[in-house]
Amino acid sequence: MSTASVPLPAWINYGVIPILNLILAFFFSGLVVWLIGENPFEALQLLLIGALGRGEGIGFTLFYTTSFIFTGLSVAVAIHAGLFNIGSEGQAYLGGLGAALVALSLDSYVPWYVTMPFAVIGAALFGAACAAIPAWLQAYRGSHIVITTIMFNFIVSSLMNYVLVRVLIVPGKMAPETRTFLEGGQLPKLDWLIGVFGGRLGAAPLNFSFVIALVMCFLVWVLIWRTKLGYEMRTLGHSPTAAAYAGMRYSKIVIITMLISGGLAGMMALNPVMGASARLQIEFVGGAGFVGIAVSLMGRNHPAGIVLSALLFGILYQGGAELSFDMPAITRDMIVVIQGMVILFAGALEYMLRPAIVRLYQQAMGR
Amino acid sequence: MSLDLQRETEPAIELVGIDKKFGAVHANKNINLTVAKGSIHGIIGENGAGKSTLMSILYGFYHADQGEIRISGKPVTIRDSQTAISSGIGMVHQHFMLVENFTVLENVMLGAEGGQLLRKGVASARRELKRLEDDYGLEVDPDAVIEELPVGSQQRVEILKALYRGAEILILDEPTGVLTPAEADHLFKVLRVLRDQGKTIILITHKLREIMAITDTVSVMRRGEMVATRKTAETTVEELAELMVGRRVLLRVEKGEANPGKVLLSVKNLTVKDSRGVTMVDDVSFDVRAGEIVGIAGVAGNGQSELLEAIAGIRKPASGEILIDGKSIAGSDPAALRELGLAHIPEDRHHMGLVLKFEEYENSILGYHRDQRYGRGAMLNLEAVRKDAEEKIAKYDIRPPNPRLRTANFSGGNQQKIVVAREIERDPNVLIIGQPTRGVDIGAIEFIHKRIIEMRDAGKAVLLVSVELDEIRSLSDRILVMFAGKVVGEKSGEAGEQTLGLMMAGIAA
Repeated sequence: MSTASVPLPAWINYGVIPILNLILAFFFSGLVVWLIGENPFEALQLLLIGALGRGEGIGFTLFYTTSFIFTGLSVAVAIHAGLFNIGSEGQAYLGGLGAALVALSLDSYVPWYVTMPFAVIGAALFGAACAAIPAWLQAYRGSHIVITTIMFNFIVSSLMNYVLVRVLIVPGKMAPETRTFLEGGQLPKLDWLIGVFGGRLGAAPLNFSFVIALVMCFLVWVLIWRTKLGYEMRTLGHSPTAAAYAGMRYSKIVIITMLISGGLAGMMALNPVMGASARLQIEFVGGAGFVGIAVSLMGRNHPAGIVLSALLFGILYQGGAELSFDMPAITRDMIVVIQGMVILFAGALEYMLRPAIVRLYQQAMGR
Repeated sequence: MSLDLQRETEPAIELVGIDKKFGAVHANKNINLTVAKGSIHGIIGENGAGKSTLMSILYGFYHADQGEIRISGKPVTIRDSQTAISSGIGMVHQHFMLVENFTVLENVMLGAEGGQLLRKGVASARRELKRLEDDYGLEVDPDAVIEELPVGSQQRVEILKALYRGAEILILDEPTGVLTPAEADHLFKVLRVLRDQGKTIILITHKLREIMAITDTVSVMRRGEMVATRKTAETTVEELAELMVGRRVLLRVEKGEANPGKVLLSVKNLTVKDSRGVTMVDDVSFDVRAGEIVGIAGVAGNGQSELLEAIAGIRKPASGEILIDGKSIAGSDPAALRELGLAHIPEDRHHMGLVLKFEEYENSILGYHRDQRYGRGAMLNLEAVRKDAEEKIAKYDIRPPNPRLRTANFSGGNQQKIVVAREIERDPNVLIIGQPTRGVDIGAIEFIHKRIIEMRDAGKAVLLVSVELDEIRSLSDRILVMFAGKVVGEKSGEAGEQTLGLMMAGIAA
């Protein structure tokens, strides 16, 4: 009660506190690693080298980062309007169908840079469509958006099963996936980006959607802080009664926000579908939608913060995979535990250290 | 006689050199205060003077950086509200801390149940409640459910709760804010009985009249300092006001004759229901003309809020009609009404008039943000908005003059000035105002009242809702009294307080 309202300078709020939280997370992760009989320092070293040591590792890290940026932005946009979109997972999944349909219809006629804008629109439209019904229910019927978006994750999952197994499957094949897109339906790899740092991308799937993700960060920043719509969204997010007083239409803002949020989640599909595997596969989202929640929370719902926290989770994903390969005692599940620690300390326990830091700060300022 | 004198001089509480800082804000500067046992001691001061901080330190919410608290002569360390309670300090908060769907008895017992099973505790609590009732005249039905009780009785439950826990020292924070004049009188009667039985009472308020009516001694705080302590009998309202503000204050607003013109706001047979379907405004009709201030008096919760919200377009009326300058506003939302020249200073600046987490400049356009002057098309031109905000800050002397400061960090008076500046600077034809000076310091009250009268003199129609009878009487040209959703009478601006008070209680028309 007494320290929550004390303002701290930005470098403490956005620098010192997150870094301390991260150190704590790694400390406890290290403790767990030590408990199962492995050397935590060696594990950390393997994780970092796996994620950032070679060009290929960096490529994988940034590939994961790209997906997390999209879903993180999706969650953040909704949070600014006071809506908790748990459905980024399903919206991204359906977005994949949009991207794939565009790629399948255009890939034999035009080069990738013609297909791309249509694919972006297609992915966003399908993602937005997936968010539209929960949005409408929230706006006009008061059904809680958390519940409805969770339920839509299941609905989309079943729908995609049906579509892939019955409709888009290549005749005569067993795998529930579409045919491989031709070059006109693939996003180019970013060898040159890794080349700048003197590395080689190798087999890593880092592709052009990384650039699209960064552009979206900028556009989301403009939307939230530089447009009248963003102003209305933030007003609604902070105070629904003030929004009503100001004549902002609740239902309109809720629906528009959720369509944008769903659209951003849908675009995430570009990265794995058109960038990496060049086909639509079952369960390709793989939890990135849920990671987006943690990414957005950790990044304080700000695009710049989201890029950084998406990068952190990218490192954990890629480095974690390498680590479990090199240290068999550390299984995939252990990596999930470490990721959980990061979410716990940097997200849920974000304010744990704050009172102590406020006191230190006040003492340092000479009271 | 000598014994009586001794009892009066023995201190119940002594605060010695209490000092508290919040970052750069020095909330309490070396406060010394002695409260005699068996007395009623008033503490007055403007908002932000440090009264609440001081009482929070006494009740264990905050810890003083320096200083000592002595209770009955013994130094104590109050770590939290538990130690405060066991030291015999009880607190009645401005906003009641009651479980609404519990009975009186259950609320009184809460936190002092006396064991894992309730039965024994209930029986002893019932006995104790009866005793307190007999001793102090605090009659409340122990089996009544809180939400069905009138506000005055709910407050009595808060007092009972404190006494049940053995409070010898009772702190009341702005206790009359929600009461009718009659309920306030009853409260004062109870406080006098408590004092005569040897309890010590600390009354925090910003209402000078209450200080004069009930306290034995009074201390004045200003900017974190205790600037004076007086025997109430030896001071005057004028002296106290001057001590509070640090300069001479006009307690009564100066205004000339009203010059009413044509009807600008007309309400016809308006009925408004709340979300549960309960009729809050019941067949209300009145007109407000250009160049006059119509005041609506009434105890909070008698339909004034719903009336204001209906006129502002926030709440849909169940039936009836509202006309602005002769045109029906049916179906218009607040944004459309602003276009028609209606401005609304809402009752609750924290939840409606402002977004506290926004920076000041963002709030200076709330409701007018779609205006092209703040940015073309869909974009927001922050430079234009900030320039506009800076102009308002200068004109309305909003402090600190920093449009980038978070709104929550402004004092109550300055927050209200942000709202008033935003609404008045649009030069509306009709201005509707709810509680313009609630939680606002005296200096800002004077300023806001002057602006309201300027609006009237400029030929605007002003509708004023306030639970402060003094404010209604000093500003209004005509006064309507609302009770249970109906307008129960109309009086001129010169109507006596007693007449209005009876009408507000629904006793006389």
